[in-house]
Parts: sequence; structure tokens; C-alpha cells
Amino acid sequence: MISSRKNISTIPAKGWAAYDPVGSFSLFEFERRSLNDSDVLIRIYFCGICHTDIHEAQNDWNVAKYPMVPGHEITGIVEQVGSDVKRFQIGDPVGVGCLVDSCRTCLPCQTNLEQHCTAGATYTYNGIEMDRKIPTYGGYSNLIVVTEHFVCLIPKNLPLDGAAPLLCAGTTTYSALRRYNVIKDTHIGIIGLGGLGHIALKLAVAMGAHVTVIALSESQRNDAIRLGAKGFIVSNDQETLKKAEGTLNFIIDTVPVPHNVSALLQLLAFEGVFCMIGISSKPIEIAPLDLVMKRLTIWGSLISGMRETQEMLNFCGQNEITCDIELIEATPNMIKTAFERILKGDVKYRFVLDMKNAFK
Amino acid sequence: ISFLLRSTTDNKADSTVVSNVVTHADPIASKGFAVDSSTSPFKLFEFERRVPKADDVFIRIHYCGICHSDIHQAKNEWHNSRYPMIPGHEITGVVEQVGSSVKKFRVGDNVGIGCMVDSCLSCNSCKKDLEQHCPDTCYSYNSTELDKVTPTYGGYSNFITVKEHFVCKIPKNLPLDAAAPLLCAGITTYSPLRQYNVGKNTRLGVIGLGGLGHMAVKFGVAMGAHVTVISTSESKRDDATKLGAKSFLVSKDEEQLKSVKDSFDFILDSVSAPHDVAGMISLLKFNGVYCIVGAPPKPLEIPSILFITKRVIFTGSLIGGMKETQEMLDFCGKHGITCDIEKMEASPETLQVAYERTLKSDVKYRFVLDMLNSFK
Repeated sequence: MISSRKNISTIPAKGWAAYDPVGSFSLFEFERRSLNDSDVLIRIYFCGICHTDIHEAQNDWNVAKYPMVPGHEITGIVEQVGSDVKRFQIGDPVGVGCLVDSCRTCLPCQTNLEQHCTAGATYTYNGIEMDRKIPTYGGYSNLIVVTEHFVCLIPKNLPLDGAAPLLCAGTTTYSALRRYNVIKDTHIGIIGLGGLGHIALKLAVAMGAHVTVIALSESQRNDAIRLGAKGFIVSNDQETLKKAEGTLNFIIDTVPVPHNVSALLQLLAFEGVFCMIGISSKPIEIAPLDLVMKRLTIWGSLISGMRETQEMLNFCGQNEITCDIELIEATPNMIKTAFERILKGDVKYRFVLDMKNAFK
Repeated sequence: ISFLLRSTTDNKADSTVVSNVVTHADPIASKGFAVDSSTSPFKLFEFERRVPKADDVFIRIHYCGICHSDIHQAKNEWHNSRYPMIPGHEITGVVEQVGSSVKKFRVGDNVGIGCMVDSCLSCNSCKKDLEQHCPDTCYSYNSTELDKVTPTYGGYSNFITVKEHFVCKIPKNLPLDAAAPLLCAGITTYSPLRQYNVGKNTRLGVIGLGGLGHMAVKFGVAMGAHVTVISTSESKRDDATKLGAKSFLVSKDEEQLKSVKDSFDFILDSVSAPHDVAGMISLLKFNGVYCIVGAPPKPLEIPSILFITKRVIFTGSLIGGMKETQEMLDFCGKHGITCDIEKMEASPETLQVAYERTLKSDVKYRFVLDMLNSFK
């Protein structure tokens, strides 16, 4: 029966959830909310696996709430829109990233930095809605309801599977590059050639930068060059690191495990900026004199706001940039294997779950 | 050639009257106090200052502040010390001779010299008035001239010859003794506050109330900021208030710190000893700036998540260029700002005591050596 009344019943959904830090994923049947006037119902086609999903599922940060449905690199198709939705219509290809809501009134929210919402933004999974009652479940599921402000349009020329990791990896690295205003011939360094590193490289090259990749293994050199890097240094190669001292203006550090930041600071020229986007479990060590003598600055950068996420997607559309992915079936076994391989750095460069064909 | 100086109390503003104009044609015999190793006491050291070249200014040193860096370097804590070393880079005095092409100074002018006495003047840093970041910066002591051979000797001495570019005018209303520490402590704290536009709406935190810290408070207050001092010791509360700070926190008091979490726009960290930087970062607002100007010897350990969740700008600053140093001095002249000092004649004994007391933070807030009266 077609009714002009709002659909008031919740929407049944299925997801793969972790129930504890150790165990594998199993089926979780839950409810997505019925649409509010500004909500968009999205059928999830693809979801990227971010290293953060592993940190969260395994409770590395002691903030896990189970059952947890991870996933914040979501692409799919709009199936239904609330009556006030302006930017989307049924059938649009869309993406959802790390945020699904925020207070919208604080200064960061008002200045397009919703991720720094002073009331605490609502994260797409392992978070809590702004009513502080309803938990959030992420993209390892078949559908999601998100308020319009936190949904982005995927440019029509980008395949939805390759575009999925842009919603976190892409936007996090794009934001750092734009914050520094990387332009043609800016000499930058990218530490780490994984999910974040490889997309940072593609974006930086598209912006005209001269990029040096610093990575763990010589075996990554060919890929770095293929993806557009002009230089490549193995991170424990002291000699080459020394020769490259003072040659970079900006470094993005994507590495999410403990590593020697002090040594990497030497690569920066006067007034250079070292931007951290990877979150490591151990504190980093910095010698104050390094900062003082060359007026170096360390930034931390956290995903990006919604306006910039859309800007990043548009940039990727214009420059035909997507992520290098390995598409896998969305099953508990495949998720488990993917997690293990990510921890070994054994993926080029993002796993993407095929949610479209899951739960059949 | 000898000359008579009208004896002045340098608390007066007038520049000193020189009754006979001096023109040195030969290197000038000078005296200073030097150490000849990292563990030896100060001793009288006789040496020569160069004849002023066309662009040089020859100065009789009246006062020299004792900076903690003097101690670091005298004791070779930075592992780059050359001996014999005459420290001292917070120098004020009076011009006695100018080279033929000197334009900015005349005999009798009150002047100051800070941490640098030369640089290449042609690299990008020098062209941007950031001579302290020139690859060839010549420091006032424990360094060499541009020839990479001639050692530089600092302000614990009676004369100095310096290239005009590296000399600053001391505003007439500032007493030379209390102005001396401006040449290092002053510029070091002034520069980052200016770089980040600290002003009327800034909530400024100053960590450490010593030589640098007390100047940061004075500048912050003069720039209109709301200043909080964070110190290890309750005993500094009254002083902080007298200097114009609106609030004062003891860093070991968790409750006090919690009450100001997420509240500072800018924190200036001037502490030279190890301390809990991560704890201080949590006091910053989102997008806040944390600037280090001290040089604690051990590396800092900071959880990277703090940088990321707060979008923190974590940086350091090194003294200031010559243009900014003059700007700072003019600012001090305009606002009547000088340093709180304890004055003493220089001798091996007084230097030892001053060093020991500085290391114990037992000075309010800078020792200044009366060099004019130290070589009788």
C-alpha cells in the first residue's frame, strides 16, 4: 500500500559484527532507523577495510562496544530519501565516511570541521547518535540510514568499489595535503605505502607535487614509481636518509605503528611541516631542539569535514583517481584473513568488501 | 688614547657623553671572563677585538645578561663547545666608534647585541630577515666569524666590534641594565607570540616563570592576551599576578589542570628541564598552538593521538631575526617593558654563584653583569 504518511517502522538490516576483541565476525541482525525528513537510505554496495577497523574491533584503544559492525568507507546507491532531502535522489551513487552526525552548531561544525565537534561527533560505527542513546553500526552491512549532511555524491565516472576507500583514506590524506596547500613542485614526503600512503601519493601527484616515498621495503620501490613518486627511500637506509636531509617541505606520516619520527624530521627543510595521520599505540619521541633549530611544526590531522570530503571526491572525479583495491567477498572468513594480511602489510592497497552480494 | 666618560647611573635615559672621540686603528686590547674547559672556573682572559671595518660598530659593553644557554655551552652540554669560551649574548652598551659606511648608529648611541654577530646575508633565510636560520649564522660566542676560523667571544667582556646589521638601538627610555636580557630572553619569547598573532582574544598559557617565562608574561599582557602561568611551584603565584597574569596553576595539581583543559589558544613552553608536555597539550583548544622555546636535553614523548584529535600545531622557535629584534625593542620602549634583574659585578666568584643559582631557578628573573665596572 502506498501511503503518504512517513514510514514509521524501523528498517531491518544485516551486518557482520565482532562480539569481542579476539573472536571472528558473525551475523548480526539489527534495525536501521526509519527515515527522518533529512535522512537518506542507502543500499550498501561496497565497504573498504581500514586499519582503524582492526584497532577498534580488537579494542586496541579500550573504547570498544560490542557487538561492533565496523566499516566507514561506504559506497552504495540511494534507495529512499526523506521529504527535506535536497542534494540526493533515488538511484544516486553516494558515499559515507567516518562521521554520520555532529551537533552542527559549535565553531568546528560551523567551520566545516565536523570531526572536531565539541559535543563529540557521531562516528559511523562504535559511536553513539547525538541523542546519546542509539549506538551506531558501520558499513560491513547491507544498508544504512544517514542524515543528508553526512552523505556525499560519488562522481559518476568513478567505480563504486575503487571509490569506497576514498571516504576515509582518501579524505584523510587529501585534507592534510590541502591544509598545507601542496601545489606544483612542492617537495613532499609520504611515510608508508599502504592504504593511506598509496592514495596520498596519487592525490599529491595529481596536485603537481614532487613526491618522495619513504617505506619499509625495497620491494615497494617499483610500485611507488609506478604510482608517480619521483623518489623512494627505504626507511632504515640511514645513508640515503642523511643525503635527503633538509630536502622536503612537507611530510605526511601514515604509519599506524611505533616508528622513529625523530629521524624523519631531519628530512624537513626550514619551516617544514610533519603531518601525522596514522595513530600509533606508543608515544612518539621528539627532540625539542629539532623543532627549534629549523622552526619545524608537527600537525595532527583527523579525517576531514564533510565539505572537504565532497571536494576530495570531486577532485578524484576530475582526475580519475580511485584506490588500488582487492575486492573480496564479505564473509567472516574473508574478513579475518583480510585483517591478518593488513597487519602484515600484505595488500595492494585496500581490501574492499563486496556488500552488494553479501547475506545472500 | 684614553677618554673620559661622564659617570652615569644607567637608570637615566640619556646616552653617555663621550668627551674625546676615539678612533682605533689597531686591534683593541680587551678583557673578558672565560672558561677553558667544561669543568673549569671562570678566569680573566685577555684578547683583542678587531679594528672596526667600514660596516662595523665598536661598542663599550655596559651590561650583559646571563642566559641559561651560557651555562649549557660553558659546560659543553650541547657537545659543541670550543674553548676558551667567553659567554654572553644579552649585551647592552654604548657606541664608541663607527665604521665609515655605518648609517644607523652614531657615537654615544645606546645599543644592544644578541645571539648573532654575522650571517651570509644572501640566502633565503637571511633575505627573509631570519638570520638565525642561515646555514652560516655566526653566534656571539662559541662560534666563528664568517671566515670559519676567527673565534667569537661574547659579552662577559668590556668591548665588542660587531657588523652594523647585527646591532640594535635601545630605546632611550629603557635603562641599559634591565634592557640587556631583552636581547635573548626578550626576542625569544616575543617572536613566537608575534608569529601567531597573540593578541586581545588570545588565551595564552606560559609554562615556566623564569628568565624567558617572565618576559612571555609581560609581552602577553602588553599584547592584550589573557595570560595564565603554569609553574611547578606555588611560591611563584604572587609574582605571576604582579606581572599581570590573570591566573596561575601549579602543574603537579591534577585538579587545577583539569579545570583548564581545552582552554588555551597558545601555550609557550620555556622550560629547560624535562616535564610532562603531553599533559600540557591536553590544555590546548582545538587548533591550538604549542610552541617550545626552551631546550630540554631529553626527547619529549607524546602520544600521536593527542596531535590528531586536537588538530594541534606543535612547533619551536629560535630567537628572532634582526629586524624582529629591533621591532621587539621598539615595542618595549613604547610599553616601558624591561626585564626583572639582579645586577652584579662580574668576577670568577660571582659568576659561579650566579650559575649555581640560575640552575636552581633562584633568581628573579635574570642575572645581569655590570661589565662597565668589572675590570677595575
